[in-house]
Amino acid sequence: MKFRAKMIDVGCLNNFTRVVNTISKLTKTCTLRLTTDNLFFMLSDKVANGGVSMWCELSQANFFDEFQLEGVSAEANEIYLELQPEYMSRALRTAQNAKSLKVKLTKKHCPCLTLAAELPSLSSASRLVTHDIPVDVIPRRLWQDFKEPSVPDFDVSIYLPPLKTMKNVVDRMKNLSNHLVLEANLNGEMNLKIETDLVSISTHFKDLGNPSWSDEASQGPSQARAPETMAHARVDIKKLQQLLTGQQVNPSKAMCNIVNKRMLHFILLHEDVSLQYFIPAMA
Amino acid sequence: MDCMVTGGNVKVLATSIHSLSRIGEELYLEPQEDGLALRTVNSSRSAYACFLFGPLFFQRYSSSKSSTFRCKMAVKCAQAVFRSLSSLEKTVERCRIQLNSEKSRLTFTLHCKHGLLKTHNLSFQDCESLQAVFDKESCGNILRAQPRLLVDTVLHFPSSLEEVSVSVSGEQVCFRNHVEEKAEQGKAMLTELSLTAEEFEQFTVGCPACVTFCLKEMRGLLMFAESSGLPVSLYFDAPGRPVILSLTESVLEVNFVLATLSEDSHPCNDNRNKSTEGLQNAAPPDDFMNDDIDSYLIAMETSELAPGGHGCVPPPPQDANMGQLRARATSEGEEEQSEEEMGRAPNKKFCSLFFGSVLPTPSQVTNLTLRSQEVLASDSENEEEDATLL
Repeated sequence: MKFRAKMIDVGCLNNFTRVVNTISKLTKTCTLRLTTDNLFFMLSDKVANGGVSMWCELSQANFFDEFQLEGVSAEANEIYLELQPEYMSRALRTAQNAKSLKVKLTKKHCPCLTLAAELPSLSSASRLVTHDIPVDVIPRRLWQDFKEPSVPDFDVSIYLPPLKTMKNVVDRMKNLSNHLVLEANLNGEMNLKIETDLVSISTHFKDLGNPSWSDEASQGPSQARAPETMAHARVDIKKLQQLLTGQQVNPSKAMCNIVNKRMLHFILLHEDVSLQYFIPAMA
Repeated sequence: MDCMVTGGNVKVLATSIHSLSRIGEELYLEPQEDGLALRTVNSSRSAYACFLFGPLFFQRYSSSKSSTFRCKMAVKCAQAVFRSLSSLEKTVERCRIQLNSEKSRLTFTLHCKHGLLKTHNLSFQDCESLQAVFDKESCGNILRAQPRLLVDTVLHFPSSLEEVSVSVSGEQVCFRNHVEEKAEQGKAMLTELSLTAEEFEQFTVGCPACVTFCLKEMRGLLMFAESSGLPVSLYFDAPGRPVILSLTESVLEVNFVLATLSEDSHPCNDNRNKSTEGLQNAAPPDDFMNDDIDSYLIAMETSELAPGGHGCVPPPPQDANMGQLRARATSEGEEEQSEEEMGRAPNKKFCSLFFGSVLPTPSQVTNLTLRSQEVLASDSENEEEDATLL
């Protein structure tokens, strides 16, 4: 198993750092899957994660200038690692003005993902910083646990308002309640609601628009829907806040699919980065 | 004692107090003939810091008439006088520090813009002189650099990191985070930064070595260095011997003396630093093997010197391999030396020994010497008891 990659462009480094920062805000540990074309940051919906799952896909060519990978075998040319994205985020933070960044899979005291940054210095030689991030190599028999989640059979799909606006609303609601109901219909209307013994609050958004999913599979149930009927899900407000607070990708498109009373599926798209985040509904 | 600080020097003085506050809880203030000394030692007595402001630093400087006055106070109180470093420069024109011996108060008077006068009367405790004995010149390795270089270096390590290891070889110096337990090494991120000799103003490596010390105190010094822009010199040699961080200017001398982990607890001994390994092994045999806890200790010594006597006490032979920080308590009259082997103070990592204070009267000399040997210097309660004997 071999992996090495090199990034030279500062813009790429910044974007990559933002993605990793976002991931590190969402989860303590995650799986990094490396293939010859892509990087995936994944969190599967185990109970230990509170039922939340995440799938973030990056095209390596958009970030790296060199990318060499030799997986387990020729037919399974992939590598699965478990790591703490916080370490990666911290390592990248200190490499912000690096001339180059190398990412390597290394065998030190334990398997490590080594990030080596070449920093400008006062002399002709560069300063070299290396960060060895301990990783667990995930054996092949467990790979099946990490499948790309299919777009769920949702009832309503809706574009989200600016995430910052949403964050401001949710931040305030979080002071009052632990749970939040997100509901939306096919008229482009979305409501954020909390209800406690003392107070009920609802924030209404309109004219958001509904993405058209040409994908036949998901289209089925929603076509039969009356446009004004709300689909809703009640979720842990902290999970939603984590997503809104932590995200640094500033997506050009953000949408939410609602499976009535089952889950929320968020999709953030920015250039070639896509982040999907699933929050299960609570009773 | 009466002195006046003006202009930009007020900020320098204020920054020094803030910097000391990162190390210890008490500020030892001693007006000496060669200037005003501000010192502190951390609670585990593994770090000592001293700022000496020469008479020319002040617009007016007079030390006490009787040269015996020295005191300590909570560093927080002194810090409160100069609360906001950033606004200080704009608002304060002069600062006067004087001793009000009638009321036993140390008075800080800040003369601010628009004729505003702020007076702080700080209570203090009499104390013995706090002084670590160290010898920078004997250190084999000297690195001097602009503060920016070291500040940038330290930035790569998380603020929660406690200890950093520095290793030097002929051409470069390498900083890495120190992870204590083997078990933790599999979980913690290891960061390593190497700098070439060219980035330093002075790069003298007499004995390639790797030392580990607390980052917190170094950050304290760097805070001061960065604001003053003075180059920082790092003096060290073998593991276990103290690292001395120092800044010098014509009217100012700053020394931070930090304990280092001794060799057998040192990460560089295993595999990482092959270049220095040979040398370390070639060092004369020592008895570190026998005292693993002591590995964190710095040997201390408390001695009584007559005011004029500034001689360094030669290290006791059995300590020769241990990092030594020796403290000297001075009072007039008696001359007495007592040496303390540092005992082990549990629960503390660099539990070292500093300055058990001994202020013996002739009849007490023998007793006190014995007592201070039993009592670890890390027990500061006893120190105060001793002080109140006078």
